[in-house]
Amino acid sequence: MRRELARVAGAELVGPYTLLRVDAGGLDVGMPGQFFMLEAPGRLLPRPMSVCLSSAGELGFLIDPIGAGTRALCSLQVGERLHVLGPLGNGFELDVERPLLVGGGIGIAPLPFLSERLGRPPAILGFRTDWHAEAAALVPHAEVCIEPTFVTELLSDEPGDVLACGPEPMLAALRANVPDAQLAWEAPMACGYGACYGCAVEIDGELKRLCVEGPVLQGRTHGFPMNPSRDGAPCC
Amino acid sequence: MLLNASGCLDGLTAPDVARSLDGFVTKTITPEPREGSPPIRIAETDAGMLNSIGLANPGRERFLAESLPRLRELGVPLWVSVGGFSAAEYAETCGALEGVEAIELNLSCPNVDEASESAAAIVAACRAATTLPLYAKLSPSAWDIAEAARAVEAAGADGLSLVNTLRGLALDRRTLLPRLGRGTGGYSGPALKPVALAAVYACSAVVGIPIVGMGGVQSGLDALELIAAGASAVALGTILFSDPAAPARIRSELAAEAYGRDLGHPLDARGVAHSSLQIIVSHSDNRGQKKPGNGRKLPA
Repeated sequence: MRRELARVAGAELVGPYTLLRVDAGGLDVGMPGQFFMLEAPGRLLPRPMSVCLSSAGELGFLIDPIGAGTRALCSLQVGERLHVLGPLGNGFELDVERPLLVGGGIGIAPLPFLSERLGRPPAILGFRTDWHAEAAALVPHAEVCIEPTFVTELLSDEPGDVLACGPEPMLAALRANVPDAQLAWEAPMACGYGACYGCAVEIDGELKRLCVEGPVLQGRTHGFPMNPSRDGAPCC
Repeated sequence: MLLNASGCLDGLTAPDVARSLDGFVTKTITPEPREGSPPIRIAETDAGMLNSIGLANPGRERFLAESLPRLRELGVPLWVSVGGFSAAEYAETCGALEGVEAIELNLSCPNVDEASESAAAIVAACRAATTLPLYAKLSPSAWDIAEAARAVEAAGADGLSLVNTLRGLALDRRTLLPRLGRGTGGYSGPALKPVALAAVYACSAVVGIPIVGMGGVQSGLDALELIAAGASAVALGTILFSDPAAPARIRSELAAEAYGRDLGHPLDARGVAHSSLQIIVSHSDNRGQKKPGNGRKLPA
């Protein structure tokens, strides 16, 4: 991991979300599913964000402005600077035969980068509204559903190698359908590198740090639900 | 001397950060393994953060067999934080430790039930069990922390660690329910600094043993203030979460702050806040009160 003061190269609205692009500088962009801790202006703690795009010397992060920290990040202007720490955690295992990407809401954030690395495989994305679904444009070959239709309803009987990120109910439903799916989870975390023990969730029957063991877990159970309200989560 | 505050760094997952300190303090070790508090365990607040980790640790036996040998490979002086639910439990762990720099007795975790014995009784039991240096970590919530400091010094403590977090509560704005799984948590961050300064200031006036100051340190000037209040060493906590490179930065800033005051060493400022003739002014203030060489150096 490395911490750098990165310059904002762009900040574009994608539906309700903001795609924040920063100059990667000397940072290792990492693997799809890994994340960076982004300094949120005016806040004590940085926010964990998975890499959404990695191209042309830039790192892109898709951010949902749902709390003080994410709103501060979405307000950054081109040319401003923020500390960026990463890459952190364990990303997706890319050695798969028939990849199918599944995402829900802001959980699609790591999928554009993942799609590029896997050669643009098919994807199923679910959103709350058409407005949120504008973010589907970031993921090639995506089939999109809007609530009350859920992504699990679009899964075939043999979905292949599922790689997914989304809200916990979606991940839990996917796990029930596809036990060996690679699922990227989220938990409030203060540091992202194993120091704070704040992101502990139930993994393999024990409370373990999601930033160290995950955030991508394959075939390993994760306690659910652990985060009934996102309002109070420091990752917001 | 810069340390980490116990529970704010894992030397095994971040060895380079541990090596950037003058000593690494472990998470608190209890006799039995502890899974810790249920999620959610942390919450940012307007001026700090709450944690309710709940002394998650592998337990004494696994720590001694697995973690400690690997921590020794860091090549950094090790401080082991010891916890328990009775004086006997603290003492047993102290007696099992050898070859470490110091033991910090966590007498003040806000996230677990405390032992029924007094801090002094626990220190006395540990004193009988080990010859290693014993640092007593006290709570800033004590009504008279100086009295607690006097008592643990009399019981055989070799030093004090000041301060632990303050118990706090944050509510979800939508549901008005506690944001942390356990309800309350330990409050840390910049808002804790004045509390830490007051505790160090009060205790250093009444004890002769060294003090590790901690609480809200974000800069070299923060560290120098704790030294001025009476600390001999400073520990970093919450700042490590946002900035793993903080030790090097703060060490550098601390040296600059000392240099700017014509101090040969940051510790030359130790206790200066107690002086009635405090005239050490930073050159960087640049308000014309002082020219280089006018600072009065105090004995360490």
